[in-house]
Amino acid sequence: MYRWDTKGSPYAFVSPFFLVFAAFGLFPLLYTGWLSLHQVSLYNVDQAKWVGLKNYTDLFTGPPSHFFWNALGNTFTLGILSTVPQLMIAIGLAHLLNYKLRASSFFRTALLAPYATSVAAATLVFALIFSPESGMANWFLGLFGVDPVAWEAGEWTSQLAISLIVTWRWTGYNALIFLAAMQAVPGDLYEAAALDGASRWKQFLHVTVPALRPTILFTVVVSTIGATQLFGEPFLFGGQSGHQGGTAHQYETLGVFMYDQGFRNSMLGRASAIAWTMFALLLLIGLVNALIARRLRKSQ
Amino acid sequence: MRTSRATRTTRSRRAVVLVTTVLSATALLATGCSSSGSSSDKAADPNEKITLTVGDFGTFGFKEAGLFDAYTALHPNITVKENTTTQEADYWTAVQTHLAAGSGLDDIQALEVGRIALATSDALSGSFQDLSKAPGIKKDDYLPWKWQQATTASGKTIGLGTDVGPMAVCYRQDLFQAAGLPSDPAAVSALWAGDWAKYVEVGKQFQAKAAKGTFFMDSATGLFNATVSSSTEQYYKNGKLNYKDSASVKTAWDLAMKADAAGSSQGLKEFDPTWQTAFTQSTFATTICPSWQQANIEKYSGPANAGKWNVAQAPAAGNWGGSFLSVPSSGKHVAAAQDLVAWLSAPEQQAKVFQKVGNIPSNQNAYALPGVTDFKNPYIGPNAPTGQIFSTAAKAIKPAETGPKAGDLQTAFSNGILLVEQNGKSAGDAWNETVKQIDSTIQ
Repeated sequence: MYRWDTKGSPYAFVSPFFLVFAAFGLFPLLYTGWLSLHQVSLYNVDQAKWVGLKNYTDLFTGPPSHFFWNALGNTFTLGILSTVPQLMIAIGLAHLLNYKLRASSFFRTALLAPYATSVAAATLVFALIFSPESGMANWFLGLFGVDPVAWEAGEWTSQLAISLIVTWRWTGYNALIFLAAMQAVPGDLYEAAALDGASRWKQFLHVTVPALRPTILFTVVVSTIGATQLFGEPFLFGGQSGHQGGTAHQYETLGVFMYDQGFRNSMLGRASAIAWTMFALLLLIGLVNALIARRLRKSQ
Repeated sequence: MRTSRATRTTRSRRAVVLVTTVLSATALLATGCSSSGSSSDKAADPNEKITLTVGDFGTFGFKEAGLFDAYTALHPNITVKENTTTQEADYWTAVQTHLAAGSGLDDIQALEVGRIALATSDALSGSFQDLSKAPGIKKDDYLPWKWQQATTASGKTIGLGTDVGPMAVCYRQDLFQAAGLPSDPAAVSALWAGDWAKYVEVGKQFQAKAAKGTFFMDSATGLFNATVSSSTEQYYKNGKLNYKDSASVKTAWDLAMKADAAGSSQGLKEFDPTWQTAFTQSTFATTICPSWQQANIEKYSGPANAGKWNVAQAPAAGNWGGSFLSVPSSGKHVAAAQDLVAWLSAPEQQAKVFQKVGNIPSNQNAYALPGVTDFKNPYIGPNAPTGQIFSTAAKAIKPAETGPKAGDLQTAFSNGILLVEQNGKSAGDAWNETVKQIDSTIQ
């Protein structure tokens, strides 16, 4: 009895997580995979028609392929446009906050405010800022004699606007992660560097950044996953045509494409295929990151 | 139906994958066990205290006109509760998933005209009651085409018409005067009577004399929709998608391109915030005006522009929008719900809704009631024969074949026109993009 208890109890204690995971994580995942091999409409899920890999071949070469590749490209460019500045600004901000500051806890809380704002609220405000008729962005450009820009309609301007929303929301969040990691860097490293005559910038480059390497890698992975699944910002930014990422699909991401196919056009099978393609993409990104991490560890 | 799109539900980045999978999972689980529980044992006590729920979207006007309270006064054992969603698209997404699950539906569900072909298809019609067989409901009371729209191939009528969307053209009389055009409703109607092409010509005349920064129409997409909507041949023919060969789609597309080339369209995306602010800023002179549009005009133009709008007859009668009330068979109080639908659709009630929120009745007998044909809108052209214009248009509408994808096609074409108006594409490129878009949504 005692043996059963010591052996069995830990499993019993962890089982709630695995049961919930199986019900809400694993089962939907497998079910989506099964759906992706069928032609199935949203309102008749029980009348699925087996089509094999057709949903996937359609995506890559069939009628929707034009929009799929476009969405994949947009996801990539939006990812770069938002992730790179976001992480660079975050690390800079964290470095500044790491100095002794008056009211530092105020600044730290303030950094988290954008992250705590709902996507909907933030995006609506930014949509107003970038509105072509009376928006603040065009007013500001007008001060320098620049003609009004149709932000939402342009391919690059719309992507810039959206990546600004993403950057605004997530920079503070990443900055706090960096800050936490920076505070774990031993102070005597900086003292030694200062004694050797290293400037603050040199200290940042040669002490802080190397010490933060694992943290940077972590934030890169998390941000990349976030960027691959980008949905709320482009969807809401587009107003009436947000469901397809703008009238010309100019900022349609994979997430938006999946929503449009699944819920607007009720093609659940194809939407599931997109979901699995995104999943595969994320696994690939994870793999590449793991390889880089191993490289880094070896080089240290 | 009105689809102003000011706010939208929040969907976080990660929720998408989850939502898709969890919904489908729930659907599978729910369909597996939804066969129990039936409505047959509910006929027992007519005085049992019950609550009926009505699911709808936007402004149906029942509550605004005090109809639910009036019904409770007539039937003290029945309370009516309305579940309203602002956006029809969000509402329909929820209804679809509830239909798939076979549970979670309200006793009465409203259906928008763009969804009715789908709801009457074999895939979905089984989930609804046949209202033609319900007591107190007569086919002849309704506009024939409206009744037909909610009737399946096998003759089952799953929805009763609430309102219809007969079109007029609303115009700014002050801007018309400034451009040297007549401003009296009858004279303006005569300017373009009979043909949407004449409307485009009037636009050219207007634009020649218009002040800088003002346009004849808000968007060529409105013109496109109006032209297709006033034709008997739209996107479907004999049950098949026919948009590539449809004469009205071709005419409408060419007219929209002509209007854009003439510079008489402001190129706004209808229902978007920029479109809404353009009303306040008085930058365009006409907008296509299905009856429900009156509420939008008043809301966005604001008190500062009161008395400046007027309403004229459209070049051709057509229908844009309008809804139905249906009774899902999975409800607990099917018979009581049918009674309520019949009562809400009676002429007296539809007339009250019309006077309160401007939705034109689908029940023909309502047109004869005082306060309908002689109705005048205090905000839009206080002296214009608004009620007469709309009810004349409603009676002149000819039935058109519609199909499950009609709503999606309308959206796709509107987007195609915006590609020209906003993204600077050529007409040919925009057409090809639109066809590509439509092809990708058919499986």
